[in-house]
Amino acid sequence: MASIGQILLAGLSLGSVYALTALGFVLIYRATNVVNFAQGEFLMLGAYFLFTFVEGAKLNYGVAALIAIGMLGVLGLLFALGVYYPLRNRSFLPVIIATIGASIMFQNGALAIWGSSPERLRPVLEGGGSGGVTLGGVYFNYQYVIILAVTLVLMGFQYAFFEFTLLGKKTQAISQDKDMARLLGIPVTGMIALTFIYSTILGGLAGMLVAPIFFLQHNMGSIPGLKAFSASIIGGFGDVRGAIVGGLTLGVLESFGGAYISTVYKDAFAFLLLIIFLLVRPQGLFGEKVGEKA
Amino acid sequence: MRTATLKPVHWAILGGALAVALLPLLVTGRYNTNVLLLAGAWAIAALGLTVVLGYAGQISLAQASFFGIGAYAIGLGTVHYGLNWWLAFVLGLVAAVAGGIILGATTLKLGGHYLAMVTIGFQIIFSLVMTNWSAFSGGPDGITRIPRPPFFVPLNSAQRYAWFALAATLLVALAVHALRDSRLGRSMRAVRENEIAAEALGVDTLRVKVTAFAISAVLGAAGGSIYASGFLYIAPDTFDFGTSVQFLAMVLVGGRESVAGSVLGAGLLTFLPEWLRELKKIYLIVYGSIIVLVIVFMPEGLWGFVTLLSRSLARPSPVPPPRGALPMGRARPAGEPVLVIENLGKHFGGLKAVDGVSFTVRQGEVHALIGPNGSGKTTIINVISGLYAPSFGEITFLGRSVGGQRASRIARCGMTRTFQNLRLFRELTVWENVLVGAQRAGGDETAIRERAASAIEFMGLTSHVHNRAKNLPYGTQKRVEIARALAGVPELLLLDEPAAGLTQSEKEDLVEIVQQLHARGLTMLLVEHDMSLVSQLSHHITVINFGRKIAEGAPERVLAEPAVGEAYLGNREAARA
Repeated sequence: MASIGQILLAGLSLGSVYALTALGFVLIYRATNVVNFAQGEFLMLGAYFLFTFVEGAKLNYGVAALIAIGMLGVLGLLFALGVYYPLRNRSFLPVIIATIGASIMFQNGALAIWGSSPERLRPVLEGGGSGGVTLGGVYFNYQYVIILAVTLVLMGFQYAFFEFTLLGKKTQAISQDKDMARLLGIPVTGMIALTFIYSTILGGLAGMLVAPIFFLQHNMGSIPGLKAFSASIIGGFGDVRGAIVGGLTLGVLESFGGAYISTVYKDAFAFLLLIIFLLVRPQGLFGEKVGEKA
Repeated sequence: MRTATLKPVHWAILGGALAVALLPLLVTGRYNTNVLLLAGAWAIAALGLTVVLGYAGQISLAQASFFGIGAYAIGLGTVHYGLNWWLAFVLGLVAAVAGGIILGATTLKLGGHYLAMVTIGFQIIFSLVMTNWSAFSGGPDGITRIPRPPFFVPLNSAQRYAWFALAATLLVALAVHALRDSRLGRSMRAVRENEIAAEALGVDTLRVKVTAFAISAVLGAAGGSIYASGFLYIAPDTFDFGTSVQFLAMVLVGGRESVAGSVLGAGLLTFLPEWLRELKKIYLIVYGSIIVLVIVFMPEGLWGFVTLLSRSLARPSPVPPPRGALPMGRARPAGEPVLVIENLGKHFGGLKAVDGVSFTVRQGEVHALIGPNGSGKTTIINVISGLYAPSFGEITFLGRSVGGQRASRIARCGMTRTFQNLRLFRELTVWENVLVGAQRAGGDETAIRERAASAIEFMGLTSHVHNRAKNLPYGTQKRVEIARALAGVPELLLLDEPAAGLTQSEKEDLVEIVQQLHARGLTMLLVEHDMSLVSQLSHHITVINFGRKIAEGAPERVLAEPAVGEAYLGNREAARA
């Protein structure tokens, strides 16, 4: 039995992955009111892109990651143009379905390109899959540490971006009122495209971070994607803090649940928690209650 | 009037019966017959989604779990517990109804993507349990040697079973088609289009949504049962999230509101992999792109596209001519109190939108509620009609205390309303809009249709009956709202700013309509800004400002009161200071 510290560490790094993916959901939702069910597929694609350049092209890890991020950005732009833009004035239902359709397309595209047998990516730091250091009785796997560090840096970057840059303020303005933002001369379409690009990269980064821990498979993104969406609802949908706190909470709970309750039903915890939250406190931890006016 | 020509629905029955009879003969070979069986079973489950998604507008990504419940009921029931096939079948339907009611009940609080997520959670938990609880479900290996049902003759050959499965599909398709224009089906579509308006017209929206989920679950389970005995073997991975997405895709590709579309979609997505088999892996990419393309370019699916091309298929049934004058509510002695408001309050957090208002609406009068913008008039109407619960105070309608009750309950007591910002069922025709309104007063379908027809004639909408509400000009849409409210034969009609946005001549028509309704004895509560309209129409005025009543009485007296003038024009003393 692993120590509590060990479980906590694993939970936090898993939670970081959920948080990054959840942030992608939330940022897109805030800018466009669209729930992007293909967000989990960006995770899978990020992992495969990195795998291709590291293991296939034998590139340096950093270079490979940069190229992968660039490709994710292009993908995000194409996604915005191909799936979001044509449906931007339709109700939520066709948009949800279109993103589900896109997710089917991505999964099967990956299946066609990388095949169905699971692939393995070597960790960033050498020392096999078990490279790490023991501190105070807790074994710190390097990859977990990297996940936590990258997530922290990204969160800091994002906070600074939204709070201190004009571009960040513009993005926030769009999520408040698109028409008003347009009247004020903010290029709404361009900003939305930018949001898609950034969210795709976030999702892809989450995938690149877990790639050395998980097996790479075409469907590796769908369950983490759905869980990240659950996490963002638990945190309070549409709220950036909610996505981060919800993601971390879910990761830790899942880690402890898996260790102490049941490993096979580990995946069910997120959804049970989600259903309980939706019924008891649908606005989540940070969200505000909204009602339709007659 | 009877005609010798066959209606489209008769052609559909004939064509369907022919397909049921011929397909198992034409499609031969064990493998192909199995694909045919699969198409039938999937179509039945997809028709469940037609009800919940197409009619009621509620998203469900759990249909594969209901399909699984039906399949496991047969597998476990017959193989593990030795039950009779039909008993196991019924048990599966019962279990599915229970699950459907649970999912439907969550719509009380949730809609949109939250509902989507709850159904996904339900689906994933179902899959996990069926895969991991081996002692109960047989685990990932599933259940083998499932028997087929006895049905007059033994269904021991794949061909015979295919006849059985396809006949069941046809029956379900006809039933779901008949549901569409029934009272329940209309209520479902009204809920889809505008839940608040449906509720205010007396449709118990929660009950309608729960019923839609229950019907959908039953059809999912029925399809699953037929599937289990068709393939004689089931395993949990057939009933996973991916399959739920596939059901959704079938309905959307086919056309979510039409039965023919769902059957077409199910057939297409079952056979497509067989036809495209040379494409192998690419097939699934093509499949994903087809979904995206259909959604983007054919919002009503393939069948919607077909009906656009041949409009005769979509020709609506004729509307009966009205047989009598517009029916009115019960005759009561004039002046008897209809609606009594006592010390009514509605606070939103710290905002006191309505703060202790009292007034009485009496039988036969046109009572106007006026006040400057933001004075709380519309909030009062919303509290009276039950859309908001009052923070305090009493509302007595026809002798019954109705404060805090659901809007549909209050509407069923005899109160209907129109909305300041139109709340029509936009995708429904004028006829269907008014029919939903007419359902409030009860009676059989003939009575409902007659009431609707006379309300349409009264409001001068006869030439628009088959137009979709959203395609009408604004003034006409406002008239449809009044017709919809009138068709329910209210005892009290609430008109929330009926003149807002109307042209001068439309306003004159409105005055005439209200005067005619008054002459027929209808009691009305009118919220309005247009002072000339108010002074022409009303017998009694209540003036509201800052959530409180500032004046009340006969129009000429009230409009002359200085406090009223100040409320509208500003306080002269304050302005001078």
